Amino acid sequence: MSREPIILLDHVTVTYQGLVALEDVSLSVEPGAFLAIIGPNGAGKTTLLKTVLGLLRPVRGTVRVFGKAPWELDGERQRIGYVPQVMAVDLDFPVRAGEVVLMGRYGRIGLVRRPSAADRWAARQALARVGIADLADRPIARLSGGQRQRVFLARALANEPDLLLLDEPTTGVDVVATESLYELLRGLHDEGITILVVSHDVGVVAAYVDMVACINRRMVAHGRPGEMEGEVLSCMYGPEAMFFGHGPVSHMIVVPQDSSEPTQGPSKESG
Amino acid sequence: MLELLSYTFMQRALAAGALIGALCAVIGVYVVLKGLSFIGAGIAHASFGGVALGFVLGVNPVLTAIVFCLLTAWGIGLASHKGRIKEDTAVGIFFASTMALGILLVGLTRGYNVDLFGYLFGSILAVTPQDVWATIGLGAMVLVVVGLLFKELLFITFDPEMAEVTGVPAEKLYFLLLSLIAVTIVISIKVVGIVLVSALIVTPAAAAYQLTENFRRMMVLSVVFGVGSTVGGLLLSYWLNTASGATIVLLATLAFFAAAVFSPRRRHYPAS
Repeated sequence: MSREPIILLDHVTVTYQGLVALEDVSLSVEPGAFLAIIGPNGAGKTTLLKTVLGLLRPVRGTVRVFGKAPWELDGERQRIGYVPQVMAVDLDFPVRAGEVVLMGRYGRIGLVRRPSAADRWAARQALARVGIADLADRPIARLSGGQRQRVFLARALANEPDLLLLDEPTTGVDVVATESLYELLRGLHDEGITILVVSHDVGVVAAYVDMVACINRRMVAHGRPGEMEGEVLSCMYGPEAMFFGHGPVSHMIVVPQDSSEPTQGPSKESG
Repeated sequence: MLELLSYTFMQRALAAGALIGALCAVIGVYVVLKGLSFIGAGIAHASFGGVALGFVLGVNPVLTAIVFCLLTAWGIGLASHKGRIKEDTAVGIFFASTMALGILLVGLTRGYNVDLFGYLFGSILAVTPQDVWATIGLGAMVLVVVGLLFKELLFITFDPEMAEVTGVPAEKLYFLLLSLIAVTIVISIKVVGIVLVSALIVTPAAAAYQLTENFRRMMVLSVVFGVGSTVGGLLLSYWLNTASGATIVLLATLAFFAAAVFSPRRRHYPAS
């Protein structure tokens, strides 16, 4: 098997709504990688995913996904599973979990044509794989945050992807559900799926992934999670942040550089 | 009752009304779920410019109105998708300017035009056999497109970004949906009127939304409310001697409030 990277970003700059959201970012994702992209809010993490998906085009630099420019992907599109932020859709929409999962295959099925028995089987398998086969007929408005996140993951899996892209998959999800979601991702990775997850949740992510890339508009650092605590902290909270190791639980102290910008500690979870 | 149905004008009005009620109800489901109500109202008002142009040129106003409404729908779509203006701003601009153009054109036709008044507020007496055939032809076209692209229209209404990512042409389908809304509005204005047609699109679907969390069931219920409102409204307006368009819309609104009051939807937002 060739080790040609699945995703390649070479000195990529992307502007979004007139602002530079990503600047001169280079990144290479090998087949079989389990990579987390972390960074503070507004660091360009979602922009990076949308660039990989071809929803945004870079103003400079080269993007390659499966060796092609993302907007030229054809059949390869079906090899990508995307799990967007849950908040991007109307959660009161009258649609059932099973229908949402089946939507993952609509592009593959093609216009006008009806889903086949094989499509329905793949959707059922995907729901079973994420452990919520029993919720297929439940309207999405009646799911918990963690269950809903699994529905969107199942929708991506229904297409039997080689590459899985997840945007903040644990927003609005409690600690237990977050950990079980990452366990699930770990299992999918062991089955051979390449995974790229975007998160601001440094602590949880580091325990599961193989590689961490830290961006704050620019690429700040990347490496194995255990080897770069300092870089990760300064990426997230500025260069003044550091760990204090005394006591049973090590904790972080943040000295904001600019007092006008409030600093967020790791214990303050959004959701 | 039977005597009423023996009048050919009433038969025509009921046939056209039932068709329009069903059509608006189907399109309305997408309009309500995708949050396009204001766009619908904007396109409806733009049809006034089209109708007026038809009168000035001596062409069938339905034809000019279709062209006008399609251009307005695409204009709003382009301005909000590609441009830097927000969707509601784009609607605000198009909706007032096409109305203004209509008013200028009406001035050119000299004197007050009774037919034009019928288009503004709807008039069952004005429904001609040609109108019924146009409604059947165009209405069938809209319903066939919705039937063929049912799964795609559901996908782009629920999650357009994901549709695009998986290779469904979400943007093209969005413009198609706007076109379907435009055609539906034009064939409905004769019965309910330009001013009230957006209510016939939004209200039955909104009532159906109160009663179910299932997309297909919502569409069926919406059609029941839509056809019930137009047929019931037409009969009521005949007996009470009231304006047909207004009676239809008020009946639909009554159904909406009833649905809202008896809504079994007990929304619980899981706080996790």
